[in-house]
Amino acid sequence: MSSSVISVISRFLEEYNSSTSTKLKVVDAYLLYILLTGALQFLYCLLVGTFPFNSFLSGFISCVGSFILAVCLRIQINPQNKAEFLSTSPERAFADFLFAHTVLHLVAINFVG
Amino acid sequence: MAEQHTASDCKQRASQGAGGSVSGNGRPNTAAGCGGGGGGLSGGLTQPAGWQSLLSFTILFLAWLAGFSSRLFAVIRFESIIHEFDPWFNYRSTHHLSTNGFYEFLNWFDERAWYPLGRIVGGTVYPGLMVTAGLIHYLLNLLNVTVHIRDVCVFLAPIFSGLTAISTFLLTRELWNQGAGLLAACFIAIVPGYISRSVAGSFDNEGIAIFALQFTYYLWVKSVKTGSVFWTIGCCLSYFYMVSAWGGYVFIINLIPLHVFVLLLMQRYSRRLYIAYSTFYIVGLVLSMQIPFVGFQPIRTSEHMAAAGVFALLQAYAFLQYLKDRLTKQEFQTLFFLGVSLAAGVVFLTVIYLTYTGETPNLPDSVCFRYAKIHIPIIASVSEHQPTTWVSFFFDLHILVCTFPAGLWFCIKNINDERVFVALYAISAVYFAGVMVRLMLTLTPVVCMLSAIAFSSVFEHYLGDDMKRENPPAEDSKEGLGPNIKSIVTMLMLMLLMMFAVHCTWVTSNAYSSPSVVLASYNHDGSRNILDDFREAYYWLRQNTDEHARVMSWWDYGYQIAGMANRTTLVDNNTWNNSHIALVGKAMSSNESAAYEIMKSLDVDYVLIIFGGVIGYSGDDINKFLWMVRIAEGEHPKDIRESDYFTPQGEFRVDKAGSPTLLNCLMYKMSYYRFGEMQVTLDFRTPPGFDRTRNAEIGNKDIRLKHLEEAFTSEHWLVRIYRVKKQENRQALDHKDLLSVLI
Repeated sequence: MSSSVISVISRFLEEYNSSTSTKLKVVDAYLLYILLTGALQFLYCLLVGTFPFNSFLSGFISCVGSFILAVCLRIQINPQNKAEFLSTSPERAFADFLFAHTVLHLVAINFVG
Repeated sequence: MAEQHTASDCKQRASQGAGGSVSGNGRPNTAAGCGGGGGGLSGGLTQPAGWQSLLSFTILFLAWLAGFSSRLFAVIRFESIIHEFDPWFNYRSTHHLSTNGFYEFLNWFDERAWYPLGRIVGGTVYPGLMVTAGLIHYLLNLLNVTVHIRDVCVFLAPIFSGLTAISTFLLTRELWNQGAGLLAACFIAIVPGYISRSVAGSFDNEGIAIFALQFTYYLWVKSVKTGSVFWTIGCCLSYFYMVSAWGGYVFIINLIPLHVFVLLLMQRYSRRLYIAYSTFYIVGLVLSMQIPFVGFQPIRTSEHMAAAGVFALLQAYAFLQYLKDRLTKQEFQTLFFLGVSLAAGVVFLTVIYLTYTGETPNLPDSVCFRYAKIHIPIIASVSEHQPTTWVSFFFDLHILVCTFPAGLWFCIKNINDERVFVALYAISAVYFAGVMVRLMLTLTPVVCMLSAIAFSSVFEHYLGDDMKRENPPAEDSKEGLGPNIKSIVTMLMLMLLMMFAVHCTWVTSNAYSSPSVVLASYNHDGSRNILDDFREAYYWLRQNTDEHARVMSWWDYGYQIAGMANRTTLVDNNTWNNSHIALVGKAMSSNESAAYEIMKSLDVDYVLIIFGGVIGYSGDDINKFLWMVRIAEGEHPKDIRESDYFTPQGEFRVDKAGSPTLLNCLMYKMSYYRFGEMQVTLDFRTPPGFDRTRNAEIGNKDIRLKHLEEAFTSEHWLVRIYRVKKQENRQALDHKDLLSVLI
């Protein structure tokens, strides 16, 4: 069972390396970085405690928010999904990404206290 | 009404003209022509799309105007005044905001309410309403249009009703088509269910919250349809406005996850849905926590857990979809099994951790509320929390409540992502409206939308022109509708709409336009008799008492006393402290000496009661007295017993046969002080001291008060104010005793 899981995962990684374009791989690297940052914040909160709670929430939600927005950007610029997003050019997707980040970070700055 | 007739007729012709080919004059003349539109169509419009948008703009403008004007009955009949009870607190807060600035308002600690506890207003209020009114006042004054803040507050709700009509139009247009949108806008502009909470003068949260609700739903539907992050962020910002405006935002944050969940169940998952919901949840979450009153509730209370659960589910689902696209079936199955077991393990560990630390989420709200409704007297006593009767449904919605299931059926028959949303909205709104009368307000927008869809489909079917179809049926074929049946059906529908408009205006004029602060009665010859006792008494308080005087009254009048008389109150409509209210109730229901002890401990200077015995006003304090007793009994069961106030036969009587506890309690004495000498009616056969509300001659006619003295009674004895006397001086020592002590 475990060997088949490992083989499945390795096959998936191989297929991922070959079939995804460089643009998407950059986005995926950014996603991994955000994930690690969020995990570190959560770990810090577990170790040190939740005071002040609003600061922790602000930082953590801004990580999760950046992750989600980057995933949305990846979905929208992926040429395989072009049929579903006819009216959204990659430039428009990136502009929306920037706008959403502005709103998210303004609120996060207000919340961090 | 005429505008409805012409509008619905015209827009159908316009859309037909724009869509179909322009053929000859073979159309049946179904209804009276509508001026330029009808005449120009047969010849071919030069710019049909232009005419269509002009027509839409005109209809929406007229709907706004109709909605605004039909809410002005109270202002025209009386004056521009804030109505009822809650709006007075909102007005006072807005006044504080406009005079002292935004940060003073956000950090305001009100020591003139709930004496001696005070109230943290900044953290216990939804600031959207005050900020909106304050902002409009500020902008107008910046342009040197010097409007008083009271006028802004009075007219805010009618203006926002027009905006609600426009957002309903946008939402219905996304769901069905432009014709249905225009009908929906016209419906919601005049429907009584919405007017009841948004007349001019009713300065309350619902006035702006329904606009925010409809607009948020419109942006949500738009973002699911396009899958664009831009529309989703717009939806989040509108959701933020809704959270700042009303506690009913919980409805949005549960309906949208429900919609996503049902779409997942219906195998309608799409990447657009993932983008829309994930972005909405995260950005909406952090935005909603900016309101101090909401605070950390979105991640702690059970009513927000559904949104979080659906968010986690959607992430998992999307990730699995991504894997499924790239792996073969067996490989996917192994990974899926691994994933499920991991997830189950995580959930199990979380449950153990939460139970260990004691932070389990609360009971589901509806269960708690149903329990609370029966067992906590304060919640049970509010009339708006009673279950809805069939009469209320018809009274508030008229013909719409009959046609809205038809609209729901049309939506379900031609299902797509956004129509699933409106079906869920309809079902949940119907359930909530059945629970509480107050929630009829959440049902009204969806009923307007679905009825508009029903009417629009009927009109499209019966006003459609056979000649303009692709294959026009032959003259003698059985297919197609004859001109007779078309005209009959159209006439019937238009008559229904006319009766709807008449009913709406009648209901608004008679039932929902009373300011409650000023009462009016009409004599035999139709002339009006105004009873302005409330304002007379509050103004007396304002001008004849010390600025720091404390007034004790039942909690109903707290906001009005604070707003109009500007005096410190003990309890008010916020009802956040049950024990304090119970203390006041105990003071009102005990005899005078026991009540005096309580009043001394609370530093009370004046007591205010409402008495309706002289004019027959049924909303006075003696009629509410049993609720006072029940609430007091809840906290002090040893001192107050409800059964003491009834006769041995179990009746509540104020005449000689009434129970002695009732006849000696403070409320009775204050209400009927000097009433025994009063000849109430002109008919001298009725004895003096005849209570017109209870239709009984009162028991104790010579009431003497030891610790209170009468300070003010208004013109029709509606409001009676008593001053609490200070303690008497101690007995002076006799000279003989003094000498004997010294020597």
